[in-house]
Amino acid sequence: MSTFVFIDHIDGVITKTAGELLTIARRAGEVTAVIVGIPGDGAKAAAAINSFGANKIIAIEDSTINDHPSALVAQALADLLLEKGATTLLIPSTARGKEIAARVAVRTNSGIITDAVDVTADSIATQSIFGGSAVVHSKVSKGIAIITVRPNSVEPESQPSTCEVEVISPKLNPTKVVISNREPAKKGGRPELTEAAIVVSGGRGTNGDFAPVEALADLLGAAVGASRAATDAGWYPHSHQVGQTGKTVSPSLYIACGISGAIQHRAGMQTSKVIVAINKDPEAPIFEVTDFGVVGDLFAVLPQATSAIAARKG
Amino acid sequence: MKIAVCVKQVPDSWAEKKLNASTKLIDREGVDAVLNDLDEYAIESALQIVEANGGAEAGHSVTLISMGPERATEALRKGLSMGADDAILISDAALAGSDALATSLILAKVIQRVNPDLILCGTESTDARMSVIPSMLSERLELPQLSFAGEVNVSADQVSIKRVTDEGVDSMSAPMPVIVSVIEKINEPRYPSFKGIMAAKKKSIEVLSLADLGVSAAEVGGAGAWSLVNDFNEQAARSAGVKVVDEGAGGNALSEFLAEKRLA
Repeated sequence: MSTFVFIDHIDGVITKTAGELLTIARRAGEVTAVIVGIPGDGAKAAAAINSFGANKIIAIEDSTINDHPSALVAQALADLLLEKGATTLLIPSTARGKEIAARVAVRTNSGIITDAVDVTADSIATQSIFGGSAVVHSKVSKGIAIITVRPNSVEPESQPSTCEVEVISPKLNPTKVVISNREPAKKGGRPELTEAAIVVSGGRGTNGDFAPVEALADLLGAAVGASRAATDAGWYPHSHQVGQTGKTVSPSLYIACGISGAIQHRAGMQTSKVIVAINKDPEAPIFEVTDFGVVGDLFAVLPQATSAIAARKG
Repeated sequence: MKIAVCVKQVPDSWAEKKLNASTKLIDREGVDAVLNDLDEYAIESALQIVEANGGAEAGHSVTLISMGPERATEALRKGLSMGADDAILISDAALAGSDALATSLILAKVIQRVNPDLILCGTESTDARMSVIPSMLSERLELPQLSFAGEVNVSADQVSIKRVTDEGVDSMSAPMPVIVSVIEKINEPRYPSFKGIMAAKKKSIEVLSLADLGVSAAEVGGAGAWSLVNDFNEQAARSAGVKVVDEGAGGNALSEFLAEKRLA
Protein backbone atom coordinates (compact mmCIF):
# COMPACT_ATOMS: atom_id res chain seq x y z
CA MET A 1 0.00 0.00 0.00
CA SER A 2 1.24 3.43 -0.86
CA THR A 3 -1.23 6.07 0.27
CA PHE A 4 -1.00 9.66 -0.91
CA VAL A 5 -2.96 12.54 0.60
CA PHE A 6 -3.66 15.74 -1.30
CA ILE A 7 -3.18 18.57 1.18
CA ASP A 8 -5.65 21.40 0.61
CA HIS A 9 -4.28 24.82 1.55
CA ILE A 10 -4.66 28.54 0.98
CA ASP A 11 -1.28 30.23 0.42
CA GLY A 12 0.51 27.56 2.45
CA VAL A 13 -2.00 27.50 5.31
CA ILE A 14 -3.55 24.02 5.39
CA THR A 15 -7.32 23.65 5.69
CA LYS A 16 -9.06 21.46 8.24
CA THR A 17 -9.46 18.68 5.67
CA ALA A 18 -5.68 18.06 5.66
CA GLY A 19 -5.70 16.74 9.24
CA GLU A 20 -8.85 14.72 8.58
CA LEU A 21 -7.44 13.01 5.50
CA LEU A 22 -4.05 12.32 7.11
CA THR A 23 -5.85 10.78 10.11
CA ILE A 24 -7.74 8.42 7.78
CA ALA A 25 -4.69 7.65 5.64
CA ARG A 26 -2.51 6.71 8.63
CA ARG A 27 -4.63 3.59 9.15
CA ALA A 28 -3.13 2.12 5.98
CA GLY A 29 0.48 2.60 7.15
CA GLU A 30 2.95 4.82 5.31
CA VAL A 31 1.47 8.15 4.20
CA THR A 32 2.87 10.62 1.71
CA ALA A 33 1.43 14.12 2.00
CA VAL A 34 1.44 16.05 -1.29
CA ILE A 35 1.04 19.80 -1.31
CA VAL A 36 0.74 21.53 -4.68
CA GLY A 37 1.32 25.26 -4.93
CA ILE A 38 3.61 28.10 -5.80
CA PRO A 39 7.26 28.13 -4.64
CA GLY A 40 7.42 28.43 -0.85
CA ASP A 41 3.99 26.93 -0.10
CA GLY A 42 5.51 23.57 0.96
CA ALA A 43 7.89 25.16 3.48
CA LYS A 44 5.06 27.27 4.91
CA ALA A 45 2.81 24.24 5.42
CA ALA A 46 5.44 21.76 6.63
CA ALA A 47 5.01 22.24 10.38
CA ALA A 48 1.22 21.97 10.17
CA ILE A 49 1.41 18.83 8.02
CA ASN A 50 3.96 17.31 10.43
CA SER A 51 1.49 17.65 13.27
CA PHE A 52 -0.61 14.90 11.64
CA GLY A 53 1.98 12.17 11.24
CA ALA A 54 3.09 12.15 7.60
CA ASN A 55 5.88 9.75 6.62
CA LYS A 56 6.91 11.88 3.67
CA ILE A 57 6.01 15.38 2.46
CA ILE A 58 6.31 16.23 -1.21
CA ALA A 59 5.74 19.79 -2.39
CA ILE A 60 5.04 20.21 -6.11
CA GLU A 61 5.83 23.86 -6.74
CA ASP A 62 5.54 26.02 -9.83
CA SER A 63 4.75 29.71 -10.15
CA THR A 64 2.14 29.03 -12.88
CA ILE A 65 0.37 26.09 -11.24
CA ASN A 66 -2.64 28.15 -10.13
CA ASP A 67 -3.25 29.50 -13.65
CA HIS A 68 -6.12 26.98 -13.93
CA PRO A 69 -8.31 25.84 -11.01
CA SER A 70 -7.59 22.14 -11.57
CA ALA A 71 -5.94 21.21 -14.87
CA LEU A 72 -2.30 22.01 -14.02
CA VAL A 73 -2.51 20.65 -10.49
CA ALA A 74 -3.95 17.42 -11.90
CA GLN A 75 -1.17 17.07 -14.49
CA ALA A 76 1.51 17.37 -11.83
CA LEU A 77 -0.29 15.15 -9.35
CA ALA A 78 -1.00 12.39 -11.89
CA ASP A 79 2.64 12.31 -13.01
CA LEU A 80 3.82 12.07 -9.39
CA LEU A 81 1.39 9.26 -8.50
CA LEU A 82 2.43 7.19 -11.52
CA GLU A 83 6.10 7.79 -10.92
CA LYS A 84 5.90 6.85 -7.23
CA GLY A 85 3.60 3.85 -7.73
CA ALA A 86 0.81 5.22 -5.53
CA THR A 87 -2.02 2.80 -4.78
CA THR A 88 -4.45 5.24 -3.13
CA LEU A 89 -5.05 8.98 -3.30
CA LEU A 90 -7.27 10.80 -0.82
CA ILE A 91 -8.57 14.25 -1.86
CA PRO A 92 -11.02 16.51 -0.03
CA SER A 93 -14.51 16.42 -1.54
CA THR A 94 -14.73 20.10 -2.36
CA ALA A 95 -15.72 21.60 -5.72
CA ARG A 96 -12.07 21.99 -6.70
CA GLY A 97 -10.99 18.73 -5.06
CA LYS A 98 -13.49 16.77 -7.15
CA GLU A 99 -12.32 18.48 -10.34
CA ILE A 100 -8.72 17.55 -9.61
CA ALA A 101 -9.73 13.99 -8.68
CA ALA A 102 -11.77 13.57 -11.89
CA ARG A 103 -8.83 14.69 -14.02
CA VAL A 104 -6.32 12.52 -12.18
CA ALA A 105 -8.64 9.52 -12.63
CA VAL A 106 -8.68 9.98 -16.41
CA ARG A 107 -4.95 10.75 -16.64
CA THR A 108 -4.00 7.64 -14.64
CA ASN A 109 -6.86 5.47 -15.99
CA SER A 110 -8.04 4.88 -12.43
CA GLY A 111 -11.38 4.40 -10.74
CA ILE A 112 -12.83 7.18 -8.63
CA ILE A 113 -15.17 7.21 -5.64
CA THR A 114 -16.51 10.58 -4.49
CA ASP A 115 -17.94 11.84 -1.21
CA ALA A 116 -16.63 9.04 1.00
CA VAL A 117 -17.33 9.50 4.70
CA ASP A 118 -14.75 6.90 5.68
CA VAL A 119 -11.99 4.79 4.11
CA THR A 120 -10.59 1.53 5.51
CA ALA A 121 -6.92 0.53 5.61
CA ASP A 122 -7.47 -1.46 2.41
CA SER A 123 -9.09 1.49 0.61
CA ILE A 124 -12.72 0.42 0.87
CA ALA A 125 -14.74 3.62 0.87
CA THR A 126 -17.94 4.18 2.81
CA GLN A 127 -20.50 6.50 1.24
CA SER A 128 -23.70 7.69 2.79
CA ILE A 129 -26.16 8.22 -0.05
CA PHE A 130 -29.72 9.36 -0.67
CA GLY A 131 -29.64 11.65 2.31
CA GLY A 132 -28.26 8.98 4.62
CA SER A 133 -30.92 6.38 3.81
CA ALA A 134 -28.31 3.92 2.57
CA VAL A 135 -24.67 3.22 3.37
CA VAL A 136 -22.54 1.85 0.54
CA HIS A 137 -19.10 0.23 0.64
CA SER A 138 -17.20 0.46 -2.63
CA LYS A 139 -13.73 -0.09 -3.94
CA VAL A 140 -11.78 0.92 -6.97
CA SER A 141 -11.02 -2.03 -9.24
CA LYS A 142 -8.67 -0.44 -11.78
CA GLY A 143 -5.60 1.71 -11.29
CA ILE A 144 -5.05 3.95 -8.29
CA ALA A 145 -7.93 4.21 -5.81
CA ILE A 146 -8.88 7.89 -6.19
CA ILE A 147 -11.18 8.70 -3.28
CA THR A 148 -12.63 12.10 -2.41
CA VAL A 149 -13.51 12.41 1.28
CA ARG A 150 -16.20 14.71 2.63
CA PRO A 151 -15.01 17.39 5.02
CA ASN A 152 -15.95 16.78 8.66
CA SER A 153 -16.07 12.98 8.24
CA VAL A 154 -13.56 12.20 10.98
CA GLU A 155 -12.05 14.02 13.93
CA PRO A 156 -8.43 14.91 13.06
CA GLU A 157 -6.00 13.24 15.49
CA SER A 158 -2.64 14.87 15.86
CA GLN A 159 0.54 12.80 15.76
CA PRO A 160 3.86 14.57 15.50
CA SER A 161 6.26 13.74 12.68
CA THR A 162 9.50 15.38 11.53
CA CYS A 163 9.61 15.08 7.73
CA GLU A 164 11.70 17.34 5.59
CA VAL A 165 9.87 18.72 2.56
CA GLU A 166 10.99 17.31 -0.77
CA VAL A 167 10.34 19.98 -3.39
CA ILE A 168 9.60 18.89 -6.96
CA SER A 169 9.31 21.09 -10.07
CA PRO A 170 6.62 19.67 -12.34
CA LYS A 171 6.54 19.58 -16.14
CA LEU A 172 3.37 21.45 -17.06
CA ASN A 173 1.52 21.76 -20.32
CA PRO A 174 -0.24 25.15 -20.15
CA THR A 175 -4.00 25.35 -20.83
CA LYS A 176 -5.76 27.90 -23.04
CA VAL A 177 -7.65 29.25 -20.03
CA VAL A 178 -6.81 32.74 -18.82
CA ILE A 179 -7.85 33.96 -15.38
CA SER A 180 -8.16 37.74 -15.66
CA ASN A 181 -9.44 38.54 -12.19
CA ARG A 182 -9.83 36.83 -8.82
CA GLU A 183 -12.08 37.96 -6.03
CA PRO A 184 -11.42 35.68 -3.06
CA ALA A 185 -14.55 35.04 -1.00
CA LYS A 186 -14.84 37.42 1.90
CA LYS A 187 -14.35 35.29 4.95
CA GLY A 188 -16.88 36.45 7.47
CA GLY A 189 -16.32 35.35 11.02
CA ARG A 190 -18.31 32.20 10.25
CA PRO A 191 -16.92 28.75 9.49
CA GLU A 192 -17.28 27.18 6.05
CA LEU A 193 -20.67 25.45 5.68
CA THR A 194 -19.48 21.90 4.93
CA GLU A 195 -16.71 22.04 7.56
CA ALA A 196 -18.74 23.54 10.42
CA ALA A 197 -19.44 21.55 13.58
CA ILE A 198 -22.78 23.36 13.96
CA VAL A 199 -25.07 24.65 11.21
CA VAL A 200 -28.10 26.89 11.77
CA SER A 201 -30.34 27.09 8.70
CA GLY A 202 -33.29 29.22 7.72
CA GLY A 203 -36.11 28.52 5.28
CA ARG A 204 -39.40 29.86 4.04
CA GLY A 205 -40.50 30.59 7.62
CA THR A 206 -37.89 33.35 7.96
CA ASN A 207 -39.77 35.43 5.38
CA GLY A 208 -36.38 36.71 4.31
CA ASP A 209 -35.29 37.86 7.76
CA PHE A 210 -32.24 35.79 8.69
CA ALA A 211 -31.25 38.01 11.63
CA PRO A 212 -32.41 35.61 14.38
CA VAL A 213 -30.82 32.67 12.52
CA GLU A 214 -27.51 34.52 12.23
CA ALA A 215 -27.62 35.66 15.84
CA LEU A 216 -27.87 32.08 17.11
CA ALA A 217 -25.25 30.92 14.59
CA ASP A 218 -22.78 33.53 15.78
CA LEU A 219 -23.35 32.70 19.43
CA LEU A 220 -22.66 29.01 18.69
CA GLY A 221 -19.77 29.64 16.29
CA ALA A 222 -21.90 28.00 13.61
CA ALA A 223 -22.22 28.30 9.85
CA VAL A 224 -25.47 29.59 8.33
CA GLY A 225 -27.37 27.41 5.85
CA ALA A 226 -30.55 27.96 3.88
CA SER A 227 -33.24 25.87 2.23
CA ARG A 228 -33.81 25.96 -1.51
CA ALA A 229 -36.97 28.01 -0.93
CA ALA A 230 -34.90 30.67 0.82
CA THR A 231 -32.15 30.79 -1.81
CA ASP A 232 -34.66 30.71 -4.68
CA ALA A 233 -36.39 33.70 -3.11
CA GLY A 234 -33.04 35.50 -3.07
CA TRP A 235 -33.05 35.77 0.72
CA TYR A 236 -29.68 34.08 1.16
CA PRO A 237 -26.80 33.36 -1.24
CA HIS A 238 -27.01 30.23 -3.33
CA SER A 239 -23.66 29.02 -1.94
CA HIS A 240 -25.39 28.46 1.42
CA GLN A 241 -28.07 26.14 0.07
CA VAL A 242 -28.32 22.81 1.91
CA GLY A 243 -30.06 19.95 0.12
CA GLN A 244 -30.28 17.72 -2.89
CA THR A 245 -29.12 20.36 -5.33
CA GLY A 246 -26.98 22.25 -2.82
CA LYS A 247 -24.45 21.33 -0.16
CA THR A 248 -24.48 18.16 1.90
CA VAL A 249 -23.62 18.84 5.51
CA SER A 250 -23.02 16.45 8.37
CA PRO A 251 -22.37 18.57 11.46
CA SER A 252 -22.63 17.53 15.11
CA LEU A 253 -25.67 19.77 15.42
CA TYR A 254 -28.09 21.02 12.75
CA ILE A 255 -30.75 23.54 13.65
CA ALA A 256 -33.49 23.97 11.01
CA CYS A 257 -35.51 27.16 11.44
CA GLY A 258 -38.71 27.62 9.47
CA ILE A 259 -37.81 24.75 7.13
CA SER A 260 -40.57 22.25 6.35
CA GLY A 261 -38.06 19.48 5.60
CA ALA A 262 -39.07 18.26 2.15
CA ILE A 263 -36.92 15.36 0.96
CA GLN A 264 -35.03 17.85 -1.20
CA HIS A 265 -33.70 19.48 1.99
CA ARG A 266 -33.38 16.37 4.15
CA ALA A 267 -31.11 14.78 1.56
CA GLY A 268 -28.51 17.41 2.42
CA MET A 269 -28.59 17.27 6.23
CA GLN A 270 -30.07 13.99 7.39
CA THR A 271 -26.72 12.53 8.45
CA SER A 272 -26.18 15.32 10.99
CA LYS A 273 -25.57 13.81 14.42
CA VAL A 274 -28.22 15.81 16.29
CA ILE A 275 -31.07 17.60 14.50
CA VAL A 276 -33.20 20.32 16.03
CA ALA A 277 -36.08 22.09 14.29
CA ILE A 278 -38.35 25.01 14.91
CA ASN A 279 -41.46 25.22 12.76
CA LYS A 280 -44.95 26.64 13.11
CA ASP A 281 -46.53 23.62 11.43
CA PRO A 282 -46.73 20.62 13.80
CA GLU A 283 -47.12 18.36 10.74
CA ALA A 284 -43.96 19.60 9.00
CA PRO A 285 -41.96 16.59 7.74
CA ILE A 286 -38.79 17.95 9.35
CA PHE A 287 -40.16 16.76 12.70
CA GLU A 288 -39.89 13.15 11.46
CA VAL A 289 -36.10 13.39 11.67
CA THR A 290 -35.53 15.73 14.59
CA ASP A 291 -34.12 14.79 17.97
CA PHE A 292 -35.74 17.87 19.43
CA GLY A 293 -38.49 19.90 17.80
CA VAL A 294 -40.23 23.07 18.84
CA VAL A 295 -43.62 23.81 17.31
CA GLY A 296 -43.69 27.57 17.32
CA ASP A 297 -42.76 30.85 15.71
CA LEU A 298 -39.03 31.06 15.07
CA PHE A 299 -39.14 34.81 15.71
CA ALA A 300 -40.16 34.05 19.31
CA VAL A 301 -38.30 30.79 19.91
CA LEU A 302 -34.91 31.65 18.43
CA PRO A 303 -34.30 34.93 20.31
CA GLN A 304 -35.35 33.27 23.56
CA ALA A 305 -33.04 30.30 22.96
CA THR A 306 -30.21 32.64 21.97
CA SER A 307 -30.50 34.74 25.12
CA ALA A 308 -30.88 31.65 27.34
CA ILE A 309 -27.72 30.10 25.87
CA ALA A 310 -25.87 33.42 26.13
CA ALA A 311 -26.92 33.74 29.78
CA ARG A 312 -25.75 30.21 30.53
CA LYS A 313 -22.44 30.77 28.82
CA GLY A 314 -22.03 33.94 30.86
CA MET B 1 -21.82 28.14 -33.81
CA LYS B 2 -22.74 24.63 -32.79
CA ILE B 3 -23.51 24.06 -29.12
CA ALA B 4 -23.74 20.61 -27.51
CA VAL B 5 -25.39 20.17 -24.12
CA CYS B 6 -24.76 17.00 -22.10
CA VAL B 7 -27.88 15.96 -20.19
CA LYS B 8 -29.02 13.02 -18.08
CA GLN B 9 -32.33 11.48 -17.15
CA VAL B 10 -32.46 10.91 -13.38
CA PRO B 11 -34.97 9.73 -10.79
CA ASP B 12 -37.13 12.65 -9.67
CA SER B 13 -35.09 14.55 -7.09
CA TRP B 14 -38.19 14.96 -4.93
CA ALA B 15 -38.74 11.16 -4.71
CA GLU B 16 -37.28 8.64 -2.24
CA LYS B 17 -34.44 6.76 -3.94
CA LYS B 18 -33.24 3.20 -3.31
CA LEU B 19 -30.55 0.79 -4.49
CA ASN B 20 -31.52 -2.47 -6.19
CA ALA B 21 -30.46 -5.44 -4.02
CA SER B 22 -29.21 -7.62 -6.87
CA THR B 23 -27.63 -5.11 -9.26
CA LYS B 24 -26.43 -2.77 -6.45
CA LEU B 25 -27.34 0.04 -8.84
CA ILE B 26 -29.82 2.82 -8.35
CA ASP B 27 -33.36 1.48 -8.68
CA ARG B 28 -34.93 3.35 -11.55
CA GLU B 29 -38.14 1.32 -11.64
CA GLY B 30 -41.17 2.78 -9.99
CA VAL B 31 -39.64 6.23 -9.66
CA ASP B 32 -40.55 9.08 -11.99
CA ALA B 33 -37.69 9.76 -14.36
CA VAL B 34 -37.04 13.39 -15.20
CA LEU B 35 -34.52 15.59 -16.95
CA ASN B 36 -31.80 16.36 -14.35
CA ASP B 37 -32.76 19.73 -12.79
CA LEU B 38 -29.23 21.03 -13.04
CA ASP B 39 -29.02 20.29 -16.78
CA GLU B 40 -31.94 22.61 -17.46
CA TYR B 41 -29.68 25.55 -16.59
CA ALA B 42 -27.17 24.39 -19.21
CA ILE B 43 -29.92 24.07 -21.86
CA GLU B 44 -31.25 27.52 -20.96
CA SER B 45 -27.72 28.97 -21.25
CA ALA B 46 -27.31 27.41 -24.67
CA LEU B 47 -30.65 28.82 -25.87
CA GLN B 48 -29.82 32.28 -24.54
CA ILE B 49 -26.42 32.26 -26.26
CA VAL B 50 -28.06 31.30 -29.56
CA GLU B 51 -30.76 33.97 -29.17
CA ALA B 52 -28.21 36.66 -28.28
CA ASN B 53 -26.19 35.90 -31.39
CA GLY B 54 -28.81 35.98 -34.11
CA GLY B 55 -30.60 32.67 -33.54
CA ALA B 56 -30.95 29.72 -35.88
CA GLU B 57 -30.98 32.11 -38.88
CA ALA B 58 -27.38 32.99 -38.06
CA GLY B 59 -26.47 29.30 -38.28
CA HIS B 60 -26.43 28.52 -34.56
CA SER B 61 -27.79 25.26 -33.21
CA VAL B 62 -28.16 23.34 -29.97
CA THR B 63 -27.74 19.55 -29.85
CA LEU B 64 -28.54 17.56 -26.71
CA ILE B 65 -26.38 14.53 -25.92
CA SER B 66 -27.36 11.87 -23.43
CA MET B 67 -26.50 8.31 -22.47
CA GLY B 68 -29.19 6.11 -20.97
CA PRO B 69 -31.97 3.61 -21.56
CA GLU B 70 -34.58 4.09 -24.30
CA ARG B 71 -36.87 5.93 -21.95
CA ALA B 72 -34.30 8.71 -21.65
CA THR B 73 -35.84 10.00 -24.89
CA GLU B 74 -38.54 11.50 -22.60
CA ALA B 75 -35.96 13.71 -20.89
CA LEU B 76 -34.48 14.66 -24.26
CA ARG B 77 -37.97 15.50 -25.52
CA LYS B 78 -38.32 17.98 -22.67
CA GLY B 79 -35.05 19.68 -23.65
CA LEU B 80 -36.23 19.78 -27.27
CA SER B 81 -39.51 21.34 -26.20
CA MET B 82 -37.53 24.05 -24.38
CA GLY B 83 -36.01 24.85 -27.77
CA ALA B 84 -32.98 22.65 -28.50
CA ASP B 85 -32.77 21.65 -32.17
CA ASP B 86 -31.98 17.96 -32.06
CA ALA B 87 -30.68 15.22 -29.79
CA ILE B 88 -28.47 12.15 -29.70
CA LEU B 89 -29.08 9.27 -27.28
CA ILE B 90 -26.48 6.57 -26.77
CA SER B 91 -28.43 3.56 -25.68
CA ASP B 92 -27.11 0.03 -25.42
CA ALA B 93 -27.83 -2.80 -23.00
CA ALA B 94 -24.09 -3.18 -22.45
CA LEU B 95 -23.93 0.34 -20.97
CA ALA B 96 -25.93 -0.62 -17.86
CA GLY B 97 -23.83 -0.08 -14.74
CA SER B 98 -21.40 2.30 -16.43
CA ASP B 99 -19.44 4.49 -14.03
CA ALA B 100 -18.24 8.05 -14.59
CA LEU B 101 -15.12 6.98 -16.47
CA ALA B 102 -17.20 4.94 -18.93
CA THR B 103 -19.81 7.68 -19.25
CA SER B 104 -17.18 10.31 -19.99
CA LEU B 105 -15.56 7.98 -22.54
CA ILE B 106 -18.86 7.57 -24.39
CA LEU B 107 -19.84 11.25 -24.21
CA ALA B 108 -16.40 12.23 -25.49
CA LYS B 109 -16.83 9.95 -28.52
CA VAL B 110 -20.18 11.53 -29.35
CA ILE B 111 -18.87 15.05 -28.85
CA GLN B 112 -16.05 14.31 -31.29
CA ARG B 113 -18.69 13.16 -33.79
CA VAL B 114 -20.81 16.29 -33.32
CA ASN B 115 -17.73 18.53 -33.29
CA PRO B 116 -19.32 21.48 -31.42
CA ASP B 117 -17.75 24.87 -30.68
CA LEU B 118 -19.15 24.96 -27.18
CA ILE B 119 -20.02 22.10 -24.83
CA LEU B 120 -22.31 22.96 -21.92
CA CYS B 121 -23.00 20.82 -18.85
CA GLY B 122 -24.74 21.19 -15.50
CA THR B 123 -22.47 20.91 -12.46
CA GLU B 124 -23.72 17.48 -11.42
CA SER B 125 -26.59 15.01 -11.74
CA THR B 126 -28.93 14.87 -8.78
CA ASP B 127 -28.69 11.06 -8.56
CA ALA B 128 -24.99 10.19 -8.34
CA ARG B 129 -23.89 13.74 -7.49
CA MET B 130 -20.26 13.11 -8.40
CA SER B 131 -19.69 16.35 -10.30
CA VAL B 132 -16.83 14.87 -12.31
CA ILE B 133 -18.05 14.59 -15.92
CA PRO B 134 -17.12 18.12 -17.14
CA SER B 135 -13.52 17.71 -15.88
CA MET B 136 -13.28 14.21 -17.31
CA LEU B 137 -14.48 15.47 -20.71
CA SER B 138 -11.86 18.21 -20.58
CA GLU B 139 -9.15 15.57 -20.10
CA ARG B 140 -10.52 13.10 -22.65
CA LEU B 141 -11.07 15.71 -25.35
CA GLU B 142 -8.02 17.80 -24.42
CA LEU B 143 -10.20 20.90 -24.46
CA PRO B 144 -10.07 23.85 -22.07
CA GLN B 145 -12.60 23.82 -19.24
CA LEU B 146 -14.43 26.71 -17.60
CA SER B 147 -16.42 25.38 -14.67
CA PHE B 148 -18.98 26.54 -12.09
CA ALA B 149 -20.04 29.41 -14.33
CA GLY B 150 -22.46 31.84 -12.74
CA GLU B 151 -22.32 33.94 -15.90
CA VAL B 152 -21.33 33.04 -19.49
CA ASN B 153 -20.54 35.40 -22.34
CA VAL B 154 -19.64 34.47 -25.89
CA SER B 155 -17.92 36.90 -28.24
CA ALA B 156 -16.20 35.99 -31.51
CA ASP B 157 -14.40 32.75 -30.70
CA GLN B 158 -13.90 33.50 -26.98
CA VAL B 159 -16.00 32.31 -24.07
CA SER B 160 -15.69 34.11 -20.77
CA ILE B 161 -17.29 33.15 -17.49
CA LYS B 162 -17.45 34.10 -13.87
CA ARG B 163 -16.49 31.01 -11.85
CA VAL B 164 -18.45 31.04 -8.60
CA THR B 165 -17.28 28.70 -5.81
CA ASP B 166 -16.78 28.89 -2.05
CA GLU B 167 -13.26 30.11 -2.74
CA GLY B 168 -14.53 33.24 -4.50
CA VAL B 169 -15.40 34.59 -7.92
CA ASP B 170 -12.87 34.31 -10.75
CA SER B 171 -13.19 35.88 -14.20
CA MET B 172 -11.89 33.39 -16.76
CA SER B 173 -11.88 32.96 -20.51
CA ALA B 174 -10.78 30.50 -23.18
CA PRO B 175 -11.04 30.16 -26.94
CA MET B 176 -13.61 27.78 -28.43
CA PRO B 177 -13.97 24.84 -28.52
CA VAL B 178 -14.40 24.84 -24.77
CA ILE B 179 -16.30 22.92 -22.07
CA VAL B 180 -18.39 25.05 -19.74
CA SER B 181 -20.37 23.87 -16.70
CA VAL B 182 -22.99 26.20 -15.29
CA ILE B 183 -24.33 26.51 -11.77
CA GLU B 184 -27.90 26.80 -10.63
CA LYS B 185 -28.90 30.45 -10.46
CA ILE B 186 -27.14 31.36 -13.71
CA ASN B 187 -30.60 31.74 -15.20
CA GLU B 188 -34.25 30.77 -14.84
CA PRO B 189 -34.88 27.81 -17.18
CA ARG B 190 -37.92 28.42 -19.37
CA TYR B 191 -40.99 26.23 -19.22
CA PRO B 192 -41.69 24.53 -22.53
CA SER B 193 -44.48 26.40 -24.34
CA PHE B 194 -47.34 24.55 -26.02
CA LYS B 195 -45.82 25.48 -29.35
CA GLY B 196 -42.46 24.19 -28.15
CA ILE B 197 -43.95 20.89 -27.03
CA MET B 198 -45.67 20.41 -30.40
CA ALA B 199 -42.51 21.34 -32.32
CA ALA B 200 -40.40 18.94 -30.22
CA LYS B 201 -42.47 15.99 -31.41
CA LYS B 202 -41.10 16.50 -34.90
CA LYS B 203 -37.48 17.01 -33.86
CA SER B 204 -34.95 14.25 -34.41
CA ILE B 205 -33.52 12.05 -31.66
CA GLU B 206 -30.76 9.95 -33.15
CA VAL B 207 -30.20 6.74 -31.18
CA LEU B 208 -26.68 5.30 -31.33
CA SER B 209 -25.37 1.95 -30.12
CA LEU B 210 -21.87 1.08 -28.90
CA ALA B 211 -21.13 -0.41 -32.31
CA ASP B 212 -22.01 2.92 -33.94
CA LEU B 213 -19.34 4.56 -31.78
CA GLY B 214 -16.80 1.80 -32.24
CA VAL B 215 -16.62 1.07 -28.50
CA SER B 216 -16.47 -2.53 -27.30
CA ALA B 217 -18.87 -3.72 -24.59
CA ALA B 218 -15.93 -4.80 -22.41
CA GLU B 219 -14.77 -1.18 -22.02
CA VAL B 220 -17.99 0.04 -20.45
CA GLY B 221 -20.96 -0.98 -18.31
CA GLY B 222 -20.65 -3.19 -15.24
CA ALA B 223 -18.07 -5.33 -17.08
CA GLY B 224 -15.61 -2.50 -17.59
CA ALA B 225 -16.29 -0.59 -14.38
CA TRP B 226 -13.36 1.14 -12.72
CA SER B 227 -15.02 0.85 -9.31
CA LEU B 228 -17.43 -1.62 -7.73
CA VAL B 229 -19.97 -1.62 -4.94
CA ASN B 230 -19.03 -4.32 -2.39
CA ASP B 231 -22.21 -4.14 -0.39
CA PHE B 232 -24.76 -1.71 0.93
CA ASN B 233 -27.29 -1.55 3.68
CA GLU B 234 -30.31 0.59 4.20
CA GLN B 235 -30.20 2.70 7.30
CA ALA B 236 -33.08 2.70 9.70
CA ALA B 237 -35.01 5.90 9.19
CA ARG B 238 -34.28 8.47 11.85
CA SER B 239 -36.97 8.36 14.45
CA ALA B 240 -38.70 11.46 15.63
CA GLY B 241 -37.57 12.57 19.08
CA VAL B 242 -39.07 15.01 21.51
CA LYS B 243 -41.47 17.63 20.16
CA VAL B 244 -42.62 20.48 22.35
CA VAL B 245 -45.19 23.13 21.57
CA ASP B 246 -44.02 26.66 22.28
CA GLU B 247 -46.30 28.24 24.83
CA GLY B 248 -43.86 30.94 25.78
CA ALA B 249 -40.89 28.84 26.90
CA GLY B 250 -39.99 26.93 23.71
CA GLY B 251 -36.68 28.75 23.32
CA ASN B 252 -35.69 27.96 26.90
CA ALA B 253 -36.57 24.30 26.37
CA LEU B 254 -34.37 24.29 23.28
CA SER B 255 -31.51 25.85 25.23
CA GLU B 256 -31.87 23.22 27.96
CA PHE B 257 -31.86 20.39 25.40
CA LEU B 258 -28.62 21.69 23.90
CA ALA B 259 -27.06 22.07 27.36
CA GLU B 260 -28.05 18.51 28.26
CA LYS B 261 -26.43 17.22 25.06
CA ARG B 262 -23.38 19.44 25.74
CA LEU B 263 -23.86 21.04 22.35
CA ALA B 264 -24.14 24.63 23.53
